[in-house]
Amino acid sequence: MSVRIEKVDLPGIGVRHDLLTESGRRLSVVSHRDGERDLALFDLDDPDASSDSVPLSDDEAAALADLLGSSVTMSRLTSLAGDAAGLYTEQLSLPTDSPYLNRPLGDTKARTRTRVSIVAIVRGEKVIPSPTPAEVLRPGDVIVAVGIREGLDHLARIVAHGPD
Amino acid sequence: MHQTTLILIEVGALLLGMSLLGRLALRIGISPIPFYLVVGLFFGEGGLVPFDASEDFFEVGSEIGVILLLALLGLEYTAQELFANLRQSKAAGLIDATLNAVPGALLALVLGWGPVAAVALAGITWVSSSGVVAKMLRDLGRLSNRETPVVLAILVIEDLAMAFYLPILAALVVGVSLLQGAVAVAVAVAVVAAILFVALRFGSVISRIFTPEHPEPLLLGVLGLTMLVAGLAAEVNVSSAVGAFLVGIALSGRVARQASQVLTPLRDLFAAVFFVFFGLATDARELLSMLVPAALLAAATMATKVATGYLAARRNGIGVPGRWRAGLALTPRGEFSIVIAGLAVGAGVEPRLAPLATAYVLITVVVGPFLARIPDSAWFKDAVRRQRLASRA
Repeated sequence: MSVRIEKVDLPGIGVRHDLLTESGRRLSVVSHRDGERDLALFDLDDPDASSDSVPLSDDEAAALADLLGSSVTMSRLTSLAGDAAGLYTEQLSLPTDSPYLNRPLGDTKARTRTRVSIVAIVRGEKVIPSPTPAEVLRPGDVIVAVGIREGLDHLARIVAHGPD
Repeated sequence: MHQTTLILIEVGALLLGMSLLGRLALRIGISPIPFYLVVGLFFGEGGLVPFDASEDFFEVGSEIGVILLLALLGLEYTAQELFANLRQSKAAGLIDATLNAVPGALLALVLGWGPVAAVALAGITWVSSSGVVAKMLRDLGRLSNRETPVVLAILVIEDLAMAFYLPILAALVVGVSLLQGAVAVAVAVAVVAAILFVALRFGSVISRIFTPEHPEPLLLGVLGLTMLVAGLAAEVNVSSAVGAFLVGIALSGRVARQASQVLTPLRDLFAAVFFVFFGLATDARELLSMLVPAALLAAATMATKVATGYLAARRNGIGVPGRWRAGLALTPRGEFSIVIAGLAVGAGVEPRLAPLATAYVLITVVVGPFLARIPDSAWFKDAVRRQRLASRA
């Protein structure tokens, strides 16, 4: 899946990133030097002009990014599980007595031990997509993992009781 | 009345009047620059109520105004940005220079003002007002448009070209013989190139002198360095404005951002003083006689500016409406044209250049923003659509 993003410098103002969608529409984000940003949608009649441009505050931009980010992660997961037979997605709640509590994700050695991929960690309202091994596990975390049945079962045992 | 009290009364009344006019300008959506010029004309030589006591204040203030205008312009760009733009948009810059400088130069020659005035007037008609144009693009919500980088690239190249043009002009206006003039120009260009090189290579070192955390030492330090370099530059006939511009370029990163924050209010004050002073020094009685040539020149060079933007946008693969938007957005001339005229007239080149430049800037800076809005109007969009359909049929 390749997404075309173009970066254009706006000297004296900041930078603009354009996203060209498959349907031929162009979205752009102008990031001002002073930290402001505008989201713009392009005119169908005149592909060079933005028909509307919406200034976003820091919080609004972050909220929008979260919204898009988590929905993408979820839709990728469901499409993945639907596509391939024998492949499952599972959401494992981290047990409160887990030996990996407050330890980095890498310590579980999940991929080597179980051949399961951990694709996201859901922490309250927040989704951490593609967590790195350095990501520290917290109480209440939900680990989203993709793999075959046996692997997922194995992972559940590991996070609950440590390696067999 | 005591002299100092009189100065306070004159300056105070003038600033208060300018503030009210500035509000009016905002209300109708144009730059306040023309209003400041008119205020100056009104109180200046040949005006209705001549101001005498505060002349020195306005003279020194206007000098600081030019320096701050250029220093903040420099702060907006990094040296890397300037050179990247120069590489990418050489052709657009060249079209811009030829199409817009030539009409000015021709008019000066036709009026019989001589070659130095021709160089000055060429500069006056050449440069768009980056301040007015950038603000307009923001106000009209065009920052994300695809033609906007083309417009900005032209502005950047013009600003960079000014770094070389101003010292050349400064050298020309003092140069007596051809040889002396040539030597002065060569020295000026070499100095600018050297400062640009230092800015490009050692910009971070220069920035390290200042601390961005504390506004007061930063303000004093940057202002001090700017005025110092500007003064030294003027001493070697590289105009003080260019020295200030180069200091702005040399500063980078957080220091540049913080410096532009603390200096902007000062710039606004002294730049306004500069425009008023230019009006004050211009003989209002001469303005009428220069109105016709200024109007003709404005019409001609606004047309060539539209052509410049149109061609530059076409080279970048922008559609027809975008080409018009780029061209019409570039039409206002402003602070730079006045800086050039101020430099030339101050050095004793043709005195009628001042009223001509005033009238010219007044026309373009008032008409330009209205022209720039044309492509957003329904009839313009209809016309473009009809043309597209006609060309397809």
